[in-house]
Amino acid sequence: MAVVRITAWLEERIDLWPIRHFIQKKVIPVHRHSVWYYFGGMTLFLFAIQVATGILLTLYYRPSGEEAYESVQFIMTDVQFGWLVRSIHSWSANLMVLMMMIHAFSVYLMQAYRKPRELTWVTGMLLFGIVLFFGFSGYLLPWNVLSYFATKVGTEIAGQFPLVGHLLMRLLRGGDEVTGATVSRFYGIHIAILPALTTAILALHLFLVQKQGMSVPPSVERAHRGQPLRAMPFVPNFLLRDLFGWFVTLGLLAALAALFPWELGQKADPFAPAPAGIRPEWYFVFMFQSLKYIPAKIGPFDGEVLGVLGFSLGGLFLLLVPFLDKKSALGEPSPLFRRIGIGIIAYIVIFTVLGYVAPAVP
Amino acid sequence: MGIALRAVCLGIVLIAAALIRTPFADAEDACVDCHRALREERLNRPAFKIKNDYHLARGLGCHSCHGGDQTALDNKGQAHSPAKGFVGKPTRQGIPESCGKCHSDPRYMRQFNPSIRTDQVKEYYTSVHGKRLREGDQKVAVCISCHDVHAIRSVKDQMAWTYPTNVAETCGGCHGNPEYMKPYQIPTDQLEKYQQSVHYEMLTKRADLASPTCSSCHGSHGAAPPGVDSVVNVCSSCHVVTADLFAKSPHRSAFDELGMPACVTCHSNHDITYPSEAMLGGGEGTPCATCHESDSAPLKKAAELRSMIEALAGRIDQASAILTRAEHAGMEIGIPRFELITANESLIKARATVHSLDAEAIKTATDSGLEVAQKSLESGHNLLAEVQFRRKGLAASMLIIIAVLVGLFLKIREVDRRRGPESGDLTGDRH
Repeated sequence: MAVVRITAWLEERIDLWPIRHFIQKKVIPVHRHSVWYYFGGMTLFLFAIQVATGILLTLYYRPSGEEAYESVQFIMTDVQFGWLVRSIHSWSANLMVLMMMIHAFSVYLMQAYRKPRELTWVTGMLLFGIVLFFGFSGYLLPWNVLSYFATKVGTEIAGQFPLVGHLLMRLLRGGDEVTGATVSRFYGIHIAILPALTTAILALHLFLVQKQGMSVPPSVERAHRGQPLRAMPFVPNFLLRDLFGWFVTLGLLAALAALFPWELGQKADPFAPAPAGIRPEWYFVFMFQSLKYIPAKIGPFDGEVLGVLGFSLGGLFLLLVPFLDKKSALGEPSPLFRRIGIGIIAYIVIFTVLGYVAPAVP
Repeated sequence: MGIALRAVCLGIVLIAAALIRTPFADAEDACVDCHRALREERLNRPAFKIKNDYHLARGLGCHSCHGGDQTALDNKGQAHSPAKGFVGKPTRQGIPESCGKCHSDPRYMRQFNPSIRTDQVKEYYTSVHGKRLREGDQKVAVCISCHDVHAIRSVKDQMAWTYPTNVAETCGGCHGNPEYMKPYQIPTDQLEKYQQSVHYEMLTKRADLASPTCSSCHGSHGAAPPGVDSVVNVCSSCHVVTADLFAKSPHRSAFDELGMPACVTCHSNHDITYPSEAMLGGGEGTPCATCHESDSAPLKKAAELRSMIEALAGRIDQASAILTRAEHAGMEIGIPRFELITANESLIKARATVHSLDAEAIKTATDSGLEVAQKSLESGHNLLAEVQFRRKGLAASMLIIIAVLVGLFLKIREVDRRRGPESGDLTGDRH
């Protein structure tokens, strides 16, 4: 009853009809690929957890080479439920990247990037890049041995970028080496710059999704040509299912955080040798592993530079795919782009697995 | 022809001239050239080995030791000419002097390394090796026995026979060979014993280059066994604190009176194993029992010291084990683990203080360590209790989440039944 009274109170002051109308009218297509529609919402739910737990962590975290490790240690040992907040933040970050990858590649394979959703795709890909950068910047913040060396290697790879590489590396590190200054810088990027960018782009992404509705795969459209598509109301049918998934994820996060709390490891020591078998977070492993296989020199060019250039071009391809795939824009089947998408997924999976099972490259 | 064209032609000529290699610029050393081609291994081996020689890399070739003319290509007579200072193969007895020509000359050596020693030859003749060589013993070690010949490497080179991790094998080449050492009637098991020692383990397995090898105790160029009186000085060059404590103990004067070497009497010499409190007391094989009678007051005191140290070691092990369990359960144990280091330091101090036989000082060290170890143990217990708390918390959370999921499931079914799961349409939404 309180909800009704609050709604009535608001109704007297603001015209809520457009919102009510939107909620009543919003429907979700029902077909054999409908399951993929849940992953965007799941990513958003995990992002909300990241924001909430991230804000709590900022209350105790101190971004400097002298205090970062100790402050995280304090969070994990002395702060009430600090261990839980940090563990959920770390596990949720990894799950979010996984969900985002599933969401992005399911959208790609369903060719939901085609006209008129080009901007939705572009904003989504920008969010993809931002989330990866969120992961990269956040990984350094505990200032432990693994994060130190992962950042050292990661920024070195960024430094291989043609022409602007060295400048980019210095910009990221806040100097020539990874130091306490890098921690302060990454913290600023992690809690201010990236959240601001995310808020703006995510708002546009969600606006476009709501404005244009859910895309139906071309194959489903062709199968139902001339017949009305089945659909379910977003509120409450789809939202309840979304909630169901979110609670399952919440349970999974709680179990992971309680049974496998995120390790802190040893404090970073720039003078210590790099630990054996070091590798970055799992979502960067495919790139890391690929660079291992590239020869030091390819003709007159530096192999690593070519590798970095290749990944940049791959990212650019994904960003611009709605404008490159002319056939799907016309509503025609586009097997070439479908095969490219499957190839990219297979490549990422194979090289990630190789990164774990065959880390030593001859 | 224009000036530009002339300049281009001149440039091409200059580049071509730079690319063409003049025959004399790339000429090999005459000694190496000829000796490589010789069939007899005794004569060609030095020419192949010398490519790794430290001296060659600094411009000192065969002629620097053997004399002769290294520029006399295909001219054996001139290359081996006594007029050109050819001395051939130095005699074994002449080797120290041959090396000393340069290595004993500070002015000459300064151009390569101003801080290098130049007293090796002088020192060598004070050694057992040097003395015997002067007496005409041809079997004793000379410079080339330890530094190799024709492939002499810097002592910093891991391949050098004199690199710390290789010294024991170098000395053992002769001293571990019973047949070779037969005339000298001295033991030949030193290498075998040393390889069982804690020093060898530290040096080779833990890569601690400061850990002693043969030359650390016996000297290198002036190699000689330390006498009974000087053993304590040799060990104390590293074990400073322990030696100080021993000097204050009643054992010092007793050992002196009995003519027993310090350190070695209890710890042995080449096969020094990990010392532990198990060495204390009157049990079989304990060093104390070799001098003191069973049930004597000194043995009882030793047993008392042992129990104090064992109590601390046991508590540290207990705390460490429980912290490891907590760590495996995912708990952050950095702080209690760090604190436990202080308890370990007390244990080390107590073990070292045993050399003074000062029971009061040992008790002070063990008490202080026990306090810290107890605190770490309690931290470990608390962490394990926290693990249980977390698991119970997880179980409670799971019950709530499962209840919510069941509620949601029922609600979804109800909504689907009431409104139908596919009740909408895609008006205006067909993309």
